[in-house]
Amino acid sequence: MIERVIEVGLPVDEKLVIVRNRLQPDELRGDERRIAIVTGTHGDELEGQYVCYLLNDIIQKNKEHLHGIVDIYPALNPMGIDSITRGIPMFDMDMNRIFPGDERGATAEYVAAGIIKDLSGADMCIDIHSSNIFLRELPQIRINEQSALKLLPFAELLNMDFIWVHSAATVLEATLAYSLNQIGVPTLVVEMGVGMRIDQHNGQQLVDGILNLMQSMGIWTGPVPNVRCPIISRDGHVGYINAEKSGIFVSQVDHLDTVRQGDVVGAIVSPLTGEVLHQIQAPCSGMIFTLREYPVVNEGSLIARILGGSVQ
Amino acid sequence: MREEILYELHSPYRESLKVHGYYFGQGNKTACIVGALRGNEVQQMYVCARLIEVLKKLEAEGAIVEGQEILVIPSVNHASMNIGKRFWPIDDTDINRMFPGYHLGETTQRIASGLFEKIRGYQYGIQLTSFYMMGEIIPHVRILDLGYHNIELAKAFGMQYVMLRRPRPYDSTTLNYNWQVWESNAFSLYTTHTDEFDTPEAMRMVDHILGFLSHCGVITYRKRPGYASHVVTDKNLVTVQTATSGLYRYFRNPGEVVHKGDLLAQVLDPFEATVQEELFAPVDGTVFFRQKSHLINQNAVAFRLLEESTGDM
Ligand SMILES: [Zn+2]
Repeated sequence: MIERVIEVGLPVDEKLVIVRNRLQPDELRGDERRIAIVTGTHGDELEGQYVCYLLNDIIQKNKEHLHGIVDIYPALNPMGIDSITRGIPMFDMDMNRIFPGDERGATAEYVAAGIIKDLSGADMCIDIHSSNIFLRELPQIRINEQSALKLLPFAELLNMDFIWVHSAATVLEATLAYSLNQIGVPTLVVEMGVGMRIDQHNGQQLVDGILNLMQSMGIWTGPVPNVRCPIISRDGHVGYINAEKSGIFVSQVDHLDTVRQGDVVGAIVSPLTGEVLHQIQAPCSGMIFTLREYPVVNEGSLIARILGGSVQ
Repeated sequence: MREEILYELHSPYRESLKVHGYYFGQGNKTACIVGALRGNEVQQMYVCARLIEVLKKLEAEGAIVEGQEILVIPSVNHASMNIGKRFWPIDDTDINRMFPGYHLGETTQRIASGLFEKIRGYQYGIQLTSFYMMGEIIPHVRILDLGYHNIELAKAFGMQYVMLRRPRPYDSTTLNYNWQVWESNAFSLYTTHTDEFDTPEAMRMVDHILGFLSHCGVITYRKRPGYASHVVTDKNLVTVQTATSGLYRYFRNPGEVVHKGDLLAQVLDPFEATVQEELFAPVDGTVFFRQKSHLINQNAVAFRLLEESTGDM
């Protein structure tokens, strides 16, 4: 059942519409549990599009195994996806920095408030992101340390490679996940892949995990593949590499490679002079779980993150 | 006056970004004034430029009190200004969401950190800034309510309004907030103009800043009488929203006094020009904010009115 959950009139003959597809058993008992799959907050992140498609397809072809409600929201920022804009077009702000929104605020804040309202009461929410156009990410879940105790048992079911328990930052209180966790909707933030691209393996991996989680919640009784056991890590075991020079980054490792401290990760080179401006070495040993995809770097641009590394 | 490059960032394809600082007087770090942190804050940069012009004269006249140092930074993000962008060219991040910064972090964190190192610890921190909603706002001074704000000092600008606002989560990374954390008295000055400069308004802002500096004993300056400021909060503002969308035609400007029932704006059908909605003032008051665009969404904040006989908390 496809519903238009939020509508806002745009100036000329069009509405901004947030749509939701609700999948549920034909006969309802009234005590069904509800899981929400949301994505497309950042208009340049597309991995969630494939996940929504795949999950829709599997559930609709196996309706007999569905015993709860699955709400799929493919696009919380439809204008952004349509125009390859990370933020909300005409509103210079990251949509994931305006929650819980405000019914009496600007259009984006009004939409954010409507999204929270529609999601409230759900038993679980999966918020799917795919990094940005600059960095490629290992399929992972990010959890604020404040909610780690509550969320870890669910996160472990999602078939992701890595769970990153990060420290609480005040700015992150304006995210969708924080707002939902505050109102009692357990929300897991998935980060995987890279912006503007879809990696079908990542999508399949997450869908397997979502089905597994749905099974544990009593929403799904269909077949569920075996899921992997994730690495769980806190900030102290993540090492960062940032560009020390501005130029073109040329990688000498692949995403997910294991490196030892001192290994050459890549170089920042100058197309104009042919010089190597900076030779980049791994500051610690471990696995490259984040790797720069977009070659142009300014001083400070993130090049890689290493998991297993020593405390920085 | 002494000019110094406070921070420099190299770019792979452009000339490097240099943040210029203009120092007046010598001694204690007394007052720091920061202009454009964003690429569209032309008026904010212009106010600083006009301020520098006046401070040069005052310094030559010996009007800067001994032992007091003033630092003015007209622009931080002209890398964006030169290409018509509001935020950082490569990743669209906002320098005013990166404080106190991190010298080993991402590019805009490094800019914020490099800048903050030079501007923290001043007794008074004054930032010229712009509103997050596209529109025009009545000039005012804003302070964040962190428990150690100073309303009486804010009144020394002699501006018509002092707005006291409770911080939202994103405020923790703004310059104003971090100045306060580092024990500066921090003030954000809002102007009606942002993308375009306006000389009369800029000169008034210069006067407010000089009035403040004079009040604080930083300069000797014969200040013109300012306003006895009203102290207001978000609670004193009444929002007027649209129920429809279309062409937006407004009749009232920031600062104008309106009476309950006055026509503020109309929303016209974009194809037939018929009036689909009229927005009336719901209360007696002063226009505090007005949407500027000629096209308007449904549920947009068209106006914010400062309700009369409220204020002063
Ligand atoms: Zn995202």
